[in-house]
Amino acid sequence: MTSPTHSLPPTSRPLFDGLFFLAVFGVLGAVVRIVFFTPYELAQGAAQKIYYIHVAAALSAYLALAVVATTSIVFLWLRDARADRLAESAGEVALLCTTVVLTTGPFWGKPIWGTWWTWDARLTLTLFLWFITASYLVLRGAIDEPMMRARYSSVLGILAALLIPFIHLSVYMFRTLHPDPIVLKPDRPSLPPEMLLTFVISVLAFLFFCFMLVRARYRLALLRELAEEAT
Amino acid sequence: MSAPAPTVQAAALRKEFGRRAAVSGVDFDLAAGDCLALFGPNGAGKTTLLRLIAGLLKPTAGSALVNGVDVRRERAGRAAVGLISHQSMLYAPLTARENVEFTARLYGLDDPRAAAGAAPESMGVASRADVPVRTLSRGLQQRVSVARVLVHAPSVLLLDEPYSGLDEGGAHALTDLLTTLRASGATLIVVTHNVAEGLALASHAAVMMEGRFARFDRRDGASVDAPRYAAEYRELTSHAS
Amino acid sequence: MPAETPGLFAAAWIVARKDLAIELRTRSAFLSVLVFTLLGLVTFFFAWDPTAASALDLAPGVLWVTFTFAGLLGLHRSFGVEMQDRAMDALLVAPVARESIYLGKAIANTVFVLAVLLVAVPALALFYNLPLLRTLTTLGPVAVLAAVGLVSIGTLFSSMAVNTRLAELLLPMLSLPFFVPIVLASAQASTRLLAGRPFDEAVPWLKILLAFDIVFVLACTVAFPFTIEE
Repeated sequence: MTSPTHSLPPTSRPLFDGLFFLAVFGVLGAVVRIVFFTPYELAQGAAQKIYYIHVAAALSAYLALAVVATTSIVFLWLRDARADRLAESAGEVALLCTTVVLTTGPFWGKPIWGTWWTWDARLTLTLFLWFITASYLVLRGAIDEPMMRARYSSVLGILAALLIPFIHLSVYMFRTLHPDPIVLKPDRPSLPPEMLLTFVISVLAFLFFCFMLVRARYRLALLRELAEEAT
Repeated sequence: MSAPAPTVQAAALRKEFGRRAAVSGVDFDLAAGDCLALFGPNGAGKTTLLRLIAGLLKPTAGSALVNGVDVRRERAGRAAVGLISHQSMLYAPLTARENVEFTARLYGLDDPRAAAGAAPESMGVASRADVPVRTLSRGLQQRVSVARVLVHAPSVLLLDEPYSGLDEGGAHALTDLLTTLRASGATLIVVTHNVAEGLALASHAAVMMEGRFARFDRRDGASVDAPRYAAEYRELTSHAS
Repeated sequence: MPAETPGLFAAAWIVARKDLAIELRTRSAFLSVLVFTLLGLVTFFFAWDPTAASALDLAPGVLWVTFTFAGLLGLHRSFGVEMQDRAMDALLVAPVARESIYLGKAIANTVFVLAVLLVAVPALALFYNLPLLRTLTTLGPVAVLAAVGLVSIGTLFSSMAVNTRLAELLLPMLSLPFFVPIVLASAQASTRLLAGRPFDEAVPWLKILLAFDIVFVLACTVAFPFTIEE
């Protein structure tokens, strides 16, 4: 018996099944719609289209991190290995999503704001989320013993969740005192129907894709544990 | 008159680390004044068993109770427990007296300073009680370690190879102290590789192999045939490897 | 022998005294951290262009950044002393709450860190030509708040890091994201106070620091037993 309170199923399900590929097509489809079937925004031009993926990734990242925080609490309370496996999977997907946000942000920002990086509230918070998620994964990598690894990462997950409001607040207060030197600050575009539809489609497609990624990663974690048990 | 309540109780005790079961199903009871000598090859789980009883480890299954209490959860119950292991558990830069005084305070003794003065004497280290412990030899450190644990007069004493590193004088002092403790009703569990030494003190003897008791004996007569036990023990452990 | 086992704070104080006794005996950790801090202050001085930023603007930031990294060095040894010879086991077998161990070490670490600041803050005033009394009265209280936050996080993470591979790298990596709000708020508050601006301007930042301290001292105290159970 490897896991604290949950014995392993005899086999793992496949990592990349039909549903996963459906999710991939979903994202590709959304991209196609963004590029070819959505009008350009008047002021911002082509670069604005990155916004759809940027925001979708941000929302997915927040959701993934919420999963990490929740599963951390659940693990410390119930000591169920499934919670820890889910935390690990969601953590890795969260890192992916925050990386997407941080890389798409500059590509959106440069043509519009004239600068690659800006300390606006969302980007700054996302940068910190990236650091926190990275340190979470590094901590997991530095511990071999499964119970200790689960316990320590759960503690970090919960503390990180407590930290987010402080970062958000400090950055916000800092920003109100140090407003962006760039004069042209694009507002959140109020979206006409076609763009709103594209936005919703992108968000849903991306979320679904991330969900599938977490599921695949979870199955991978299960597969690894089964392989270890067999040896 | 009913049997006295057990001071140490292990029931279906099990501890896994990852996938390895260090202790896999141990059951026994000890009453006040009992002394269990625990033998077994390296890696058998003897240290893990002691640490489970001391409340340092959380059992994967089963329970370990001291005076009817799970000392991992109830901190007051821990006041009765003493643990001696082959690591000194001392603070190297502090003196013997300071180390003992710290322990005395931690256990809420009435006069920690006086206790810290008296304890080193019991193990014959009074003359070296005021130098940093790191300057003492391994044997002297072990003596200080014993004095430190005994300062709060534990009624359940767990000893993990306590004689290792002790010279003859130290070993004698320790045996005397343990005998006195037993006489006053303390329960002892002694892990040792020295069969003769272990049996001399013991009312019970167990051989632990691969996480469980391969053999558990209650001593009935006044004397025990140590050489015969030693021979049987050797046979038992050689079959396993 | 009937004995009154010490309560939560009494036991914490016993542990704190022991840690401080060890620190006074060896002093090497204190001196290293102090020297590192002073060197940091000096190095930043040479990297500074006085025409670009005034001393009043720059100096507090320099202090907090340096102090953060120096603090990490000092915190690392906090649990190292328990790992040697498994002294930690003796603490865990004793009839004291696990939380007392954490609180005791946090108290000792706070004293340690404040002792460093006691030298570093006047040194800052000296190197950067700041008015000494104003520096002490403004940076002092901010320093206490910052120190508590830093120590609460650092003590918990050092108890975790000491059990992992890459312990020396892991402690900064885990702690620094948590230190950012502390450094940010401390620097903002102290720059304003040092420049003689009205106290009200610094209040929001001080509130963040205080809230951070309360939240994380509580959270880390509660979390600590999970990091030492086996």
